Amino acid sequence: MPSKAQAIASAKRALSRRLHPWSVRIMHWINALAIFIMIGSGWKIYNDDILFSFLRFPDAIVIGKWAQYGLQWHFFGMWIFVLNGIAYLCYGIISGRFWQKLFPISPREVFVTVSEALRFRLRHDDLTHYNAVQKVLYLGVMAVGVLIVISGLALWKPVQFSALANLFGSFQNIRLVHFFCMAAIVAFIVVHVSLALLVPQSLLAMLTGGPLLHKPRDEARSASAPTVAEIKNIPEVKTVPEIETSH
Amino acid sequence: MTIRPRTPSLFRPRKPIDQGVLSENRKLVDDVNRRGLLRGAVGLGALTMLTGCDVSEIGPVQKALRAVSSWNDGVQNAIFRANHLAPTFSPSQVMKPPRFNAYYPIEDVKPVDGASWMLELAGRIEDKRPWRAHDLYALPEQEIIIRHICVEGWDYIGQWSGPNLRDFLQRVGADLTAKYVYFICADDFTESIDMPTALHPQTILATKYAGEIIGDPFGYPLRLRTSTKLGYKNAKWIRAIEVTNEFRETYWSKRGFNWYAGI
Repeated sequence: MPSKAQAIASAKRALSRRLHPWSVRIMHWINALAIFIMIGSGWKIYNDDILFSFLRFPDAIVIGKWAQYGLQWHFFGMWIFVLNGIAYLCYGIISGRFWQKLFPISPREVFVTVSEALRFRLRHDDLTHYNAVQKVLYLGVMAVGVLIVISGLALWKPVQFSALANLFGSFQNIRLVHFFCMAAIVAFIVVHVSLALLVPQSLLAMLTGGPLLHKPRDEARSASAPTVAEIKNIPEVKTVPEIETSH
Repeated sequence: MTIRPRTPSLFRPRKPIDQGVLSENRKLVDDVNRRGLLRGAVGLGALTMLTGCDVSEIGPVQKALRAVSSWNDGVQNAIFRANHLAPTFSPSQVMKPPRFNAYYPIEDVKPVDGASWMLELAGRIEDKRPWRAHDLYALPEQEIIIRHICVEGWDYIGQWSGPNLRDFLQRVGADLTAKYVYFICADDFTESIDMPTALHPQTILATKYAGEIIGDPFGYPLRLRTSTKLGYKNAKWIRAIEVTNEFRETYWSKRGFNWYAGI
């Protein structure tokens, strides 16, 4: 049984929980750096043997002046991207964050949000609530992130992991899948960064943590916050149900 | 104040150059100077942008990146499966001729004279007698039809045959517990592989491609072909093999490419 002090401390922590806890913010920015390294160096590697005759990445936007530098960066960045990505996925699943923020997704809501967005009527007043398009995009980019790692592994070790590599049909197919995953991530970044700049509070929230999930002055506080008597009886406070603040 | 007579420099021609050349071409020299100064200034700026901007080249950064690359060598060694065979293909899928790869263009290949060529052996090998081409070509052959994957991204299917490297190393009494097998080539190329790769069932000393003696650009008279490494690890025009425990950088690893280069 945890002591009273521990229970109170965890209840206090729960009260001061923000939209993006520090762990999410750190992992987000590490991921941003890793993606930057992986895409820049990946473009350099692509240039050595292009897949599409019309596409060659200008030297000014690739990482590494020579092929070996591009490769060095890529095989360094992969560790950051993969380890950080695993940590993020584990955190999101175990803490319940993904379940809370990204589900449920109703197809009707996706349709409505897309049509609102296309008419520039999309509102994003409440940062703590993701709209259907956000949910789809975030889940989608996570799936692409997993696929780019799997295709990368198949490219790196087509003999050691020959069973995996064979699923793609041919070696050049693995390159194509890896390439299109990159293209999808780039497209996501364009949308994601544009929207973050259009709604600057959301960008700020990824730096400072954003709004408190539970405003201490709220009337609701007394109803949901545990009393001292309750705290005594709580064996472990793992998660506190999200309280919707404003709409 | 005394002036010492100037001692003529060793590099100064004994007979001075006719100064008439300068006066004859004065106009041209001035013209070059005026235009050249401006162009030079712009060019110098561009040069610093080209060479000075790559953060990868800065000492500590390059050192760190190479340290990660060495760490990756260890990871690749750990996931290497000694008896796992690479996919093989049918003769109908073979590309003829194979695709050329070297650090210079195909026109610069210097063919090796097979009649005078000898394969030298060195290091932890009991029988270091050199091998002539016809003796080597008389050894039992193994054929592998495998995918060649270049670090650049291209690939093709090739049909290689020649003595199995493990059999050859056993035949000459090499220390199979040593760490590395080095290949020294007729050009200034060097490459080395780890012993587990050397002993892999699909690692051969190739002498033939698609059933015929390999052509000059592809490594005649002897080259390495292993199914578990990137293209550049497969040394061509081999002239010496050394078995050793000492790690030495090779042609590509010196230049920053990953040494292990496993696939």
